Amino acid sequence: MIQYSRTLLSLTLLATLLLYACRKGDQIVPPVETPVTTPVPNAAVAGFYLLNEGNMGSNKATLDYFDYTTGIYHKNIYATINPNVVKELGDVGNDVQIYGGKLYAVINVSNKVEVMDAATTKRIKQIDILNCRYVVFANGKAYVSSYAGPVQLDVNAPIGFVAEVDTATLEVTRKVTVGFQPEEMAVVNGKLYVANSGGYRVPNYDSTVSVIDLNTFTEVKKINTGINLHRLKADAYGDIYVSSRGDYRKVPSSLYRIDTKTDEVVQHFDLPTSDIWISGDTAYLYGSEFSYNTNSFKISYNMLNVRTETVLNKNFITDGSDAQIKMPYAVAVNPVTKEILVGDAKDYISPGKLFCYTSTGQLKWSVITGDIPGHIAFIPVKK
Amino acid sequence: MQIPDSPAAVNLINDALAIHHRSLFRKKWEGRQRRDKSEYLPYVLIFELSWNEARNDDPVQTYCIHTISISLRKLLSGQLTDWFMYFKELLSSLTKGFLHVMFVATAIAASAQQKDSVASKDLKEVAVSALKVGKEVVPGQKLQGEELKRLGGNSVADALRFFAGVQLKDYGGIGGLKTVDIRSMGTTQTGVFYDGIQLGNAQNGTVDLGKFSLDNMEEISMYNGQRSNIFQTAKDFAAATAIYLTTIKPTFAEGEKTHFRTTIKTGSFGLFNPSILWQQKISNHVTANLSAEWVNANGQYKFRYAKAKGYDTTAIRKNGDINAYRIEGGFNGQLQHGEWSAKGYFYQSERGIPGFVVNNVFGHVDRQWDRDYFFQGTFRKDVTDKYSLQLNTKYTSNYNRFSQPDTALLMVDNTYRQQEYYFSSANQYTINKWWTVALSGDFQWNALRSFDRSGNELAHPIRYTTLVAAATSLNFNKFSTQLSMLGTIVNEDNKINMPAPSKQEFTPAIYLSWQPGTNPEFKLRGFYKRIFRMPTLNDLYYQEIGIATLKPEFATQYDAGYSWYMTPISSIIKHFGLDLDFWFSQVKDKIVAVPTTDPQRWQMSNIGLVKIKGIDLKARADWEVSEDTRLSTKLVYTFQRAQDFTNPGDIYYEDQIVYIPKHSGSFILQADYKAWQLNFSQIYTGERYNAKTNIPENYVQPWYTSDIGLSRIITWHKWMLKATCMVNNVLNQYYDVVQSFPMPGRNYKVILTINI
Repeated sequence: MIQYSRTLLSLTLLATLLLYACRKGDQIVPPVETPVTTPVPNAAVAGFYLLNEGNMGSNKATLDYFDYTTGIYHKNIYATINPNVVKELGDVGNDVQIYGGKLYAVINVSNKVEVMDAATTKRIKQIDILNCRYVVFANGKAYVSSYAGPVQLDVNAPIGFVAEVDTATLEVTRKVTVGFQPEEMAVVNGKLYVANSGGYRVPNYDSTVSVIDLNTFTEVKKINTGINLHRLKADAYGDIYVSSRGDYRKVPSSLYRIDTKTDEVVQHFDLPTSDIWISGDTAYLYGSEFSYNTNSFKISYNMLNVRTETVLNKNFITDGSDAQIKMPYAVAVNPVTKEILVGDAKDYISPGKLFCYTSTGQLKWSVITGDIPGHIAFIPVKK
Repeated sequence: MQIPDSPAAVNLINDALAIHHRSLFRKKWEGRQRRDKSEYLPYVLIFELSWNEARNDDPVQTYCIHTISISLRKLLSGQLTDWFMYFKELLSSLTKGFLHVMFVATAIAASAQQKDSVASKDLKEVAVSALKVGKEVVPGQKLQGEELKRLGGNSVADALRFFAGVQLKDYGGIGGLKTVDIRSMGTTQTGVFYDGIQLGNAQNGTVDLGKFSLDNMEEISMYNGQRSNIFQTAKDFAAATAIYLTTIKPTFAEGEKTHFRTTIKTGSFGLFNPSILWQQKISNHVTANLSAEWVNANGQYKFRYAKAKGYDTTAIRKNGDINAYRIEGGFNGQLQHGEWSAKGYFYQSERGIPGFVVNNVFGHVDRQWDRDYFFQGTFRKDVTDKYSLQLNTKYTSNYNRFSQPDTALLMVDNTYRQQEYYFSSANQYTINKWWTVALSGDFQWNALRSFDRSGNELAHPIRYTTLVAAATSLNFNKFSTQLSMLGTIVNEDNKINMPAPSKQEFTPAIYLSWQPGTNPEFKLRGFYKRIFRMPTLNDLYYQEIGIATLKPEFATQYDAGYSWYMTPISSIIKHFGLDLDFWFSQVKDKIVAVPTTDPQRWQMSNIGLVKIKGIDLKARADWEVSEDTRLSTKLVYTFQRAQDFTNPGDIYYEDQIVYIPKHSGSFILQADYKAWQLNFSQIYTGERYNAKTNIPENYVQPWYTSDIGLSRIITWHKWMLKATCMVNNVLNQYYDVVQSFPMPGRNYKVILTINI
């Protein structure tokens, strides 16, 4: 009798131990290295970083690196290089930029700007800024936009702010309140232009671009533009281009041009604009416009000449391979080769794809990225 | 044909024979050679009379025979010209008659309760006969009574983990959301029934099983497909999987009038959980019961995230506090060939929502308030030997408020109010020993109102659901089958925006059971079922316009298996049982959220196609090691291959779907030695992926937890005291069931129960 109990007990223990053996230690996911194109050993632009956003709550913001000199795409490099950072890079990567040899990744839901060495991707410091969105640079300072300004009593959403960060000490030095839910920024002639979206205040969107004097760090003007502003890029001719997301219903997405000499809206392009990248005299843009009226979205690609300020009405992808892109989510142009990169977010919850086109718009290569490939930063050309 | 011998019958037969002789005489007198068909009239009369004498207990059969013979008489006597007219007459009479019988039976049933309470005064010893309980062709999985209690879980969700094919989606902690995904068909394809009537959530289609206490639970059962019993509400036919939660019904031994039980649970998570259960015998046929419970916990626990050769961090899970009250009570009554019950349920809670844990974000401030109550009534009676009636009704009100008072984020403070009215009538008619038919009709009215923090109404949809189920069962010696067809009609109305168009669907189910040999304990069984779930009100009205194109999500299931029991197989093993099922399911037009152009904005769409192959194995044995030592062991294993077949172009095509492990199982060992009880249970969930693509980035480690509990029973006079100490997750394993929602490590519990 007792023998039976013993057998049963030892079987139970054995089963437990067997199960224990099934569980390996939780490993850091190693990078995936994919050769995608022929190496260019003396490439002027050595490579680029791509920040994958990752869906909210999934902690899947990841960093990829493409090395032009080897032709190898390195997917998901951050965690392996920085194994001691608790819970990896973070949740929802919203912007990536390189300035002064440092790589800045704005991680929105993780409420931080991750500062790394641009050459090694090793962490230098984390700057805590609640609900941060985008970063731009000027004169040794970084400017970070954030949704999380002071709460005003009469409105149901906090007002936004821009934090000034000293790029030497990586400390926040000053803050200025701007409009509601500020997004992209640009610095032109000592002034910071901030696109305010008001995205938390549907349907009372913000429709202004805040102009900040960088000396006094105060808002000197609000330029009334269009509702729900998002992208903001400066060209070489003193103009800034600001995109409006519209309201997904009656007001379609479009693009505005502001003259920074007068700080007035001077032109309105009836072009759905989800992202825009200016390289030389050409602005590359795409629109992936969703409408609740039809429950569908329309994708379009276009180009603008920023010198003549005219729409080229031409797709920058010329071989018809844009049909492979399910959901364009990023556009970037190599400053030297003028090769065009387009990120495809697919369904936002599975790995995306990066497409590389030649300067004439022929598909050159493509590679699988992390979830939601959204932001690209090129390694600056060595002088 | 037996010749009846009652005086009345004899007289009638004599009359009939007299007619016969008269007609013979008439024919002779008329000198006709050809025999008239009216000559057979007396035989018809004799047949009818003798039938009535033999089976006068059943008015329905009597009526049928009577109708047949009346028509026959009309035919024979020349009132009807031919056989065609005969069948026409017969059919219309039978239809009218059946409707009449149904009507009368319902009326009798409705007045029966009143009659009985009067009658019971005179009848001291009413032999309340056992109700006709429909036979289940394919039995479900069950945990009941003491076995259930000894698992020591906090909520019914903890117990459901031990069933084959169940994956509990647990967001962690005492207050965390807990839903079940059964056989990979998705959490919204499960119907949960509380004391026989479905718990609804038209808003998002799932029931938080963490809200339902194990304290007063008598039995938890689960049926793949449906409970294969034809005498049930149409709703019982209307889910891909049905879970039945049955609370304790009072039973009193001779001379007992009152039962009282009080329990206190305390331990980790700052848990303080007192409860009472009171049962009172009001009369010989009516009992009352009341159960109340308070759950208070700070919900804090340690969790750890660590990587090999990397970071290793331990933190405290915060904002997981809960304060909840539950009061439920009701009356149960017994009738001659029937029973009734009425109950009320009230639940109120406030809890913190600890939220996801990601880099640099280890806490959230979100809070949720719930106030749910329902009243339900059930009435059941075998109106005649052949005809049984079941009526069910329910009113439910749910209030839910969710607040995200985070000043750095979009501030949310939304309120949702749901109301439901439900009525069901189920009818069963036994045609003969082996053939039964049933018809059920349900009607349900749902309304959802939602408001934002400024009191603006976001949506106000109203849904009318009508379900009709026709079913039949055939039971032979070694073979039984049940066939059912469910018709569903859904209409919608929206006070604020455009409603979705109405929908109608018909879905069948077939259940089979066959005993191939002479051993009645070895049976083969199988089922086929096609069912759908409606888009929930959230799916439809998350946006301001009802999506006209959103179709219902269809699930088709096939199952074949066997059960084999042996009792006893040796002097030590008293019972042994083995169940094995092979199954295949397909979920088509799966309703999934698809992105628009902005990751913050999603659109619901029918795009998914998932095919699932699986094996369920259940084994149990009861051991009698010595006179004082008894053991019971139970092993469950499930294999599931659930693949996404939506689009061959997708990177995740044919990959295992989110959170479904290929291998999972559980083991329970319960031992009794004199007044001591030992419980050991183990749950294993194999490796799985937290996203659609099966890549290392999405890999989730397997987990298994072992729980040990030791109890001692002390009896003192009429009192019985039971003390239990439990250690859960003995190996202190840190794991996530849902990504970014850490689960607790080793934790403790002490339970003290006093029965009076």
